[in-house]
Amino acid sequence: MKNRNGLILIFLTLALGAATSFVAFNALMGRNFEFVLSGNTILGQIPIRIDALSAWMILIINFTFTTGVLYGTGYLRNYNTSANLKLHQFLFFVLHLSMILVCSIQNFIAFLIVWEIMTVSSFLLIIFEYWKKETIKAGLNFFIQSHIGVLFIIVSFIWVMSQTGLADFNAVRLFATHQPGAVAITLFVLLFIGFGFKAGFVPFHTWLPYAHPAAPSHISGMMSGVIIKLGIYGILRMLLLINSNYIVIGEIILFVSVFSGLYGVILAIVQHNLKRLLAYHSIENIGIIGIGIGIGTIGLGLKNDFLAVAGFAGGLLHILNHSLFKSLLFYGAGSIYQQTHTLEIEQLGGLIKRMPRTAVLFLIAAIAICGLPPLNGFISEYLIFSGLYSSLKSNSFAFSLFMLSVFVALAVIGGLAMLCFTKAFGIVFLGTERKQYHVEPKEVSRMMLFPQYMAAVMIISIGLFPQLFLQLLKNPVALFVPDILNSSNGIFSYQSGILTQIGFIGIILTVLVFVVYEIKTLTGRNKINSVSPTWGCGYKTNDPRLQYTASSFVKTYSNLIEPILSMHKDVAVVNEIFPGNKQYSTHYYDKLEFYLIDKNLKWLKKLLLKLNFLQNGRTQFYILYGLIFILLIIFISYGEYIWNTIKGFFKLF
Amino acid sequence: MSFILIILSSLFFTGIINRTKSILSGRKGPGIFQPLRDIRRLLKKGSVYSETSSFIFKLAPAVYFSTVFAAALFIPFGENRGLISFQFDFVLFAYLLALGKFFNIIAALDTGSSFEGMGASREALYSMLAEPAFFITIGSLGLLTGYSSFYQIFSSIHYSESASPAIAYALGLLASIVFLFLGIIENSRVPVDDPKTHLELTMVHEVMILDNSGFDLGVIFYTGSLKFALYGGLIANLFFLSSPYAVINILIFFSLQVLYASTVGIVESFMARLRMNQNPQFILMISSVSLLIFIGVMIVIGKI
Repeated sequence: MKNRNGLILIFLTLALGAATSFVAFNALMGRNFEFVLSGNTILGQIPIRIDALSAWMILIINFTFTTGVLYGTGYLRNYNTSANLKLHQFLFFVLHLSMILVCSIQNFIAFLIVWEIMTVSSFLLIIFEYWKKETIKAGLNFFIQSHIGVLFIIVSFIWVMSQTGLADFNAVRLFATHQPGAVAITLFVLLFIGFGFKAGFVPFHTWLPYAHPAAPSHISGMMSGVIIKLGIYGILRMLLLINSNYIVIGEIILFVSVFSGLYGVILAIVQHNLKRLLAYHSIENIGIIGIGIGIGTIGLGLKNDFLAVAGFAGGLLHILNHSLFKSLLFYGAGSIYQQTHTLEIEQLGGLIKRMPRTAVLFLIAAIAICGLPPLNGFISEYLIFSGLYSSLKSNSFAFSLFMLSVFVALAVIGGLAMLCFTKAFGIVFLGTERKQYHVEPKEVSRMMLFPQYMAAVMIISIGLFPQLFLQLLKNPVALFVPDILNSSNGIFSYQSGILTQIGFIGIILTVLVFVVYEIKTLTGRNKINSVSPTWGCGYKTNDPRLQYTASSFVKTYSNLIEPILSMHKDVAVVNEIFPGNKQYSTHYYDKLEFYLIDKNLKWLKKLLLKLNFLQNGRTQFYILYGLIFILLIIFISYGEYIWNTIKGFFKLF
Repeated sequence: MSFILIILSSLFFTGIINRTKSILSGRKGPGIFQPLRDIRRLLKKGSVYSETSSFIFKLAPAVYFSTVFAAALFIPFGENRGLISFQFDFVLFAYLLALGKFFNIIAALDTGSSFEGMGASREALYSMLAEPAFFITIGSLGLLTGYSSFYQIFSSIHYSESASPAIAYALGLLASIVFLFLGIIENSRVPVDDPKTHLELTMVHEVMILDNSGFDLGVIFYTGSLKFALYGGLIANLFFLSSPYAVINILIFFSLQVLYASTVGIVESFMARLRMNQNPQFILMISSVSLLIFIGVMIVIGKI
């Protein structure tokens, strides 16, 4: 019974994926799909347009959902609540469908409707384990913040609609060209905030670190892999339409992105919960994508095609890359959770011996997310680096300095990511076990491993053959920089040539590692190799508590970074001669969250408590409120008329 | 060309450091090929593996060596390009070295020892802090010359229209200070770390490889030497002359490598290791030197 539902879902997802991928692939190759639904009087015509940008997103969504549905079916096998499970599977399909529609519908109202469907279904998917208090709390946090974001989107859409009278996305272009620059920039900022909530740009990121750990792992993979990318899609789409003032807009994006990237990774390092750590890393990667888009936009403004291509190609490729390695990391975290029932990094250890395949897959993803060669993360970071580097040669000192700091920030983000993932991988999978398990953890089922292999193969192939994937990006990038379609414009083939070399070096490196390793094993065959305990400086007991913990691994770092973080330490003071058990604990809290969310919530609560008398439970009052509301609406909509009447009345005298 | 020279100079680099130290402390000391003999002996030996460790531990030295070896292919030799050269190759260069470090760190964690965890933690932090210096320096040199690959930058550094040779040499001197200290940090020598103190609590790199033995240890030692020669090669590129005789440049190359190695030796003889908590400041100081290069370049090309 359970299995059948799972199979139906897999079938549906694959069918939807195959059908839309076909259309999307054609669009990516330059044959755009366009279809106009006649719609009705309220919505107006609903154009369904799949251009190369939508196609790129749809292909990413389809791939991630394919791995997600396979992993999810395996992951959820241990949950016996069948009614809940059916709803979950149904919603999973709804989410998939709504995300594809978000990428293809270009009518303001219809877009908002599918956007809402997406938000609601992902909310319900997050609260799968609804009996846990934290899950509900995290889900509501996501739900509310998403709607604050939607509010900004609605306001800007209504603004455009009221000015142009059109519900088609192209109205934005019309609006932006006919208005002064400052207005277009304001519109963009509104939309950026709106979509930024979904994407998780700092400071709109606070829902992310709660929602990701609360959701089941395949849903976290979907959220981090593709849902937050739709925020990026929205920004890119609007960027295409508002084609003016690129330099200012680009600088805004760049500034926010650099901040997000640094802030995300700085906080990620000190997290104790594996999924929370990954969630903060999503913020960092959104920052990297944003840096790409930002420099691309500046490149458009400066009419510097090289910069624009490097930025957009890097940003778009990083969307794909992040969806691959982040979903893989979340699947790995899910497998760990399924086997050990904990995600606390400090309690895990030595899992590489219990779950070798999961460990290798996690390692691949970890190397990729640090942007290290020869895997895919490096390719997109390289593209962004090349853009940043070429932008150093500008005419103004201030601009060069700004670009240099972005350049350095990206390098530092890479270094910090390395610190973070050596911690995550090293403490969780390596060393000895830190805890006794009731049920011995073992390798997860093939059903769960297979989709992870799919993602890993993609990661490696992008790393080794990047030029093929860059070619796929030609049309999406050409939407922003139409010039590159000219055969005389060599930027694309130029970058592609470099990427071929990078891929080649990746292959050389792999071969080299293999050769050195083989030499070692071949020459080592005749030697005496022995196994003994780790060198313990004289101590013989191999106590797991002697190991370095995750907190101690990042201790020096957290001391350095302490002014930025808000850290609560519970330190037990030893003052007796024979001290008993003492505990020491640290909690890190997001400082921005404290100032932006918690503080404001406090006074909002105070204010709302004062209005508490309104909610008195008497039906008569509620009818009165309704009446007042209707009267107000009438008054407002006829306000002008009434005002004129009054004026006319006074004029009589 | 430069690849072969780097391999050659890597053979005696550590030897020269040790020799300098022994001369300065008035000892007779080992010959400059002693480290090489040690490595050869290690390569012949069998290994002891910890029962805690996994295949990561066995794989890591191979990765470490391969990354540094591959990075050496990037170094040009004056007006001859390196074996690998393309635009923005320095990004790949830096990230290749980072990949090697990544594997070293996780291999240290693989042993489950608190000492090695300590070393790993420090290595991860220091390499992160050192990252900006390299990027700013190369970025500034690129800005000065208007090019964006190692080969183009180094081959045109003395012939840029905007800068006189004197300025190019001055900036080259600053840049070589940056590379010199980067090499010291990457190899964890004094003043960041002292490989000779056998007190695990104060060590960085040495403590990470406590459990390595035999072939692996030999490979790691050699890679350290190779890494020094790599940075020496970068420094040498800043001072090459444009002469028709390659011999002169080869001489410059070797004398700079020897100078570099003896500088490391001299620093080690006369300086004490810094306190651990002062290391971050020291490393960030190098970034500020590189910022100085950036501002210098900006002045030279007339943007300030």
